[in-house]
Amino acid sequence: MAKRVGMEVGIAAAEAVGMCNIDMAAVYPITPQSHIAEHLSEIVADGRIDAEFVTVESEHTSISCVSGASATGARVYTATSSQGLLYMHEILPIVSAMRLPVVMGNANRAISGPINIWNDHSDIMPQRDAGWIVLFADNGQEVVDLTIQSFKIAEHKEVMLPICLNMDGFQLTHTVELIEFPDQKKVDKFLPPRKPLATLHPDNPVSMGTLGMPEIYAEARKSQDVALINSKQYILQIWDEWEKMFGRRYKPVETYRADDAEILMLTMGSMGETAELAVDQLREKGMSVGLVKLRLWRPFPFEELKAAVKNAKLLIVTDRAVSFGGSGGPVYIEVKAGLYHEKERPLIYNYIIGLGGRDVPVPCFVEMFEAAAQSAEKGIVKDYEYYGVRG
Amino acid sequence: MKKKKWPETWRTINPGCMVFDAGNARTYHTGSWKAERPEWDDSKCIKCGICYIFCPEGCITQDENGFFRADLNYCKGCGICAHECWPGAITMVEEG
Repeated sequence: MAKRVGMEVGIAAAEAVGMCNIDMAAVYPITPQSHIAEHLSEIVADGRIDAEFVTVESEHTSISCVSGASATGARVYTATSSQGLLYMHEILPIVSAMRLPVVMGNANRAISGPINIWNDHSDIMPQRDAGWIVLFADNGQEVVDLTIQSFKIAEHKEVMLPICLNMDGFQLTHTVELIEFPDQKKVDKFLPPRKPLATLHPDNPVSMGTLGMPEIYAEARKSQDVALINSKQYILQIWDEWEKMFGRRYKPVETYRADDAEILMLTMGSMGETAELAVDQLREKGMSVGLVKLRLWRPFPFEELKAAVKNAKLLIVTDRAVSFGGSGGPVYIEVKAGLYHEKERPLIYNYIIGLGGRDVPVPCFVEMFEAAAQSAEKGIVKDYEYYGVRG
Repeated sequence: MKKKKWPETWRTINPGCMVFDAGNARTYHTGSWKAERPEWDDSKCIKCGICYIFCPEGCITQDENGFFRADLNYCKGCGICAHECWPGAITMVEEG
């Protein structure tokens, strides 16, 4: 039987990895990911799972180490955050280009400077074009479910791509939540051992990570892009399978009271749950508002997003990162570009919120909805705005 | 039949550009890159084999008389052998 327990989400993430029959993990601790690193190493050291936990000297090495192990056919896990993810940056596109299944948890944290250990999305955004599948979790239950699903998605023979599962640092990783852990036997059935296309073994030689001359490089890049785009259909299949086995449904774009809403707000990550409360309050006041929560950042779910916003008059995109000198936050830029060719499209506003752990409570979301609605009524066209910045 | 050098389209590329046939580097003749080739003066050669050891391409072999030669199909003309040859038996000669 599935059991429900109160548990810190970072610990729960490590427990979920412990249920996935991994062969090895290499995790370099960094706040706020450290509890994942510590607890996973405890699970291995206590002999609860038969896996290798490699203590590495940096994130550059942890990602290199799990990639090498993945090439031998192992099921692997790593986790990081902020500067650690930036330190992995050099290796990230190589992992995806080599089509190596790697599952990585990222405890989202602001990047320096100023030095800041608290939550926003400025660590994952610079990794946007690394060719990874990128998922966002809203809460602890989703962290557990998506972690288990990620191994199956990454290792699917038509996917073979690394996955980064984003969970907001502190807001999620250090919060104790009520989490339902699936039954181990059912997880084993859902997630059988990995069947790699090829493994590094002297008996059956294969070259991985080869040189690509100008005559082949563009074709290689195109085939990788197509692989990432095509991965969506297998992600959807696996989410269907998960729903059948465990009862919880996952979608690339989640919606909340959005069907008839004239004004929609788009969030990614744990702030979606706070925004839901704001939607409830405004609905009670008779305002036609709803929420669109982006779960799948890469491959970007254009079709699902278009369907979710097609009846809205105003779409407020929230961003937890800055694209310096650009036309707005990274999510806003993507959403706006994705809707450009639509004949019917909403007016789009962009609020940059919650940088470096700045709290964004329910009244702030209410205020954002109301301020944006007033501007939209006057027909004001505007680009991004830092919400709540003094001065 | 001429051996196909590149996959025809992006669709025929192996996932991750993996190469499943071992030893395929042999079919790619990097010797065409060179601007200079090494030439040995066997009267100066003491058969120490330092050229063989330092050749980064691994294209230098010893013949039946104990002297050394580069396989020009693979020699890139880097000149490391000539640089390392302390008796001065190797000269880099311009291709022409």
